[in-house]
Amino acid sequence: MDAEVTLTVDGTEHRVRVDTRTSLLDALRERIGNTSPKKGCDHGQCGACTVLLDGDRALTCLALAVAHDGAEITTADGLAADGELHPVQQAFLDRDAFQCGYCTPGQVCSAVGVLEEVRRGWPSHASPDLTADPELSHDEVAERMSGNLCRCAAYVNIVPAVQQAGGAQA
Amino acid sequence: MKDFAFARPGSVAEAVRDVAAEPGAVFLAGGTNLVDHLRLGVARPELVVDVRRLTSREVLDTEDGGLRVGAAVTNSELAADRRVRERYPVLAQALLAGATGQLRNLATTGGNPLQRTRCVYFQDVTTPCNKREPGSGCSAVNGYTRYHAILGVPSAMPDPSAPETCIATHPSDMAIALAALDAVVHVVGPAGERTVPFGELHRLPGDDPSRDTVLEHGELITAIDLPPLPAGARSAYRKVRDRASYAFALVSVAAVVAGKDVRIALGGVAHKPWRATRAEELLRGGELTEHAVRHAVEVELTAAQPQPGIDGGNGFKIPLVTRTAVATLRDLEA
Ligand SMILES: Cc1cc2nc3c(=O)[nH]c(=O)nc-3n(C[C@H](O)[C@H](O)[C@H](O)COP(=O)(O)OP(=O)(O)OC[C@H]3O[C@@H](n4cnc5c(N)ncnc54)[C@H](O)[C@@H]3O)c2cc1C
Ligand code: SF4
Ligand code: FES
Ligand code: FES
Repeated sequence: MDAEVTLTVDGTEHRVRVDTRTSLLDALRERIGNTSPKKGCDHGQCGACTVLLDGDRALTCLALAVAHDGAEITTADGLAADGELHPVQQAFLDRDAFQCGYCTPGQVCSAVGVLEEVRRGWPSHASPDLTADPELSHDEVAERMSGNLCRCAAYVNIVPAVQQAGGAQA
Repeated sequence: MKDFAFARPGSVAEAVRDVAAEPGAVFLAGGTNLVDHLRLGVARPELVVDVRRLTSREVLDTEDGGLRVGAAVTNSELAADRRVRERYPVLAQALLAGATGQLRNLATTGGNPLQRTRCVYFQDVTTPCNKREPGSGCSAVNGYTRYHAILGVPSAMPDPSAPETCIATHPSDMAIALAALDAVVHVVGPAGERTVPFGELHRLPGDDPSRDTVLEHGELITAIDLPPLPAGARSAYRKVRDRASYAFALVSVAAVVAGKDVRIALGGVAHKPWRATRAEELLRGGELTEHAVRHAVEVELTAAQPQPGIDGGNGFKIPLVTRTAVATLRDLEA
């Protein structure tokens, strides 16, 4: 069955007809032509499809497009909309935090979300004190980024990149 | 994926009416479990009813000093709530031990406890499974049982072709904490409103493994209450898994120590969050020494039926959950 949805993607509003079965990921890639979020697993297990959805990092493969009518989405592409790299993107370059690059758009969006969550004071499983404000330690970053798998195993450089972008010593 | 109609009604009453009227209808919240099941063919609804924006997304103080959590509050928001972190650390820890940041931002308070088992055969539509297809048999018996039950199962190797056989576990971390907190579930259904004590929400397979909970078709969770804990109460959650992050529990333990009362809920061991009531009785009023806790959990587990299977089956869960319980209560004594 078809439905019309409006999605604002990287600042541009799109009105598209989608099948009710279409995931947000497929709507972005196949209907809107934004191939920055990647399809790694399509089952919520890899993080390659991560975007910022209404301001928070979220997977797009387990979200139905029809359920997110009216959403504001920022993809890794949109983070550099004015041609200037986002600090997280710059840190990934500086720290050599990718190899093939397939997981990178998801990593970058996730990292932007992580830094915002830390700024808000959200704890993680790795936080030594649940009630204290979290710090960007290695363990904190590794735990918070655990939803983004990297088949090339660039993890050793991803963690320092996220720390650098967050202004922590890395 | 089978085609389905999609509806986003304007009210809880309308959503309940829509689902109640269509036997093939389901509620959709964050979608992180349901959409996966749509894609796998595990769920084949005629109608998907989006309720994510219908229920409350607020955590409110209740008059008795507890909290009321709206069903649309995300797992991330709830784990980050100051009051939860300070007063119900067991819940914040359980939430943070589950899934990942970008899943918790979607997952909801109503959807999380209703997520379905991660039994690999349940998720594989090419294999017999009584939960997915009643009467087809259970492929897990003597198969891959590492994530399966040891409690609430009739024997060490139930009849795989019997229609009542199911040795699956309930996968939610949050639910184990809610069981230990004696949470209360607010439900609206075709027959009106009711509350369900969290400990009675999930069921054992009984003669119908297809039903995970006591909720009737069309019943919607609107909120979950966390009753107040007495001053000085402590609580904690411990999860043991195959890797350090982003993995379901092999076993887990939620513990609450409140005055003379000890409440222990075990995860990864049964078809529902398992309140270790025998262990709790043995420990009530006594000193929570390592010896006492070990003994109490061992008594609780005398009913355990470890399942044989690939890679040695799941008998490892008996010592593992015992040690995990000892460690959890030691954390609370420290
Ligand atoms: C890769 C991966 C790893 C994960 N790891 C963990 C983990 O380690 N620990 C853990 O606990 N969980 C884990 N999860 C599961 C995740 O926590 C659940 O999928 C999520 O909490 C479900 O919430 P939701 O809002 O997305 O529910 P949905 O997927 O929208 O719905 C789930 C079910 O609940 C029903 N439903 C939803 N809301 C209501 C309501 N208000 N009233 C009545 N019925 C309702 C739906 O019909 C559906 O049957 C993982 C998931 C994935 C994909
Ligand atoms: S354990 Fe339950 S869910 Fe798994 S195959 Fe058997 S019946 Fe299905
Ligand atoms: S494609 Fe979405 S998590 Fe893998
Ligand atoms: S850089 Fe290749 S998958 Fe991560």
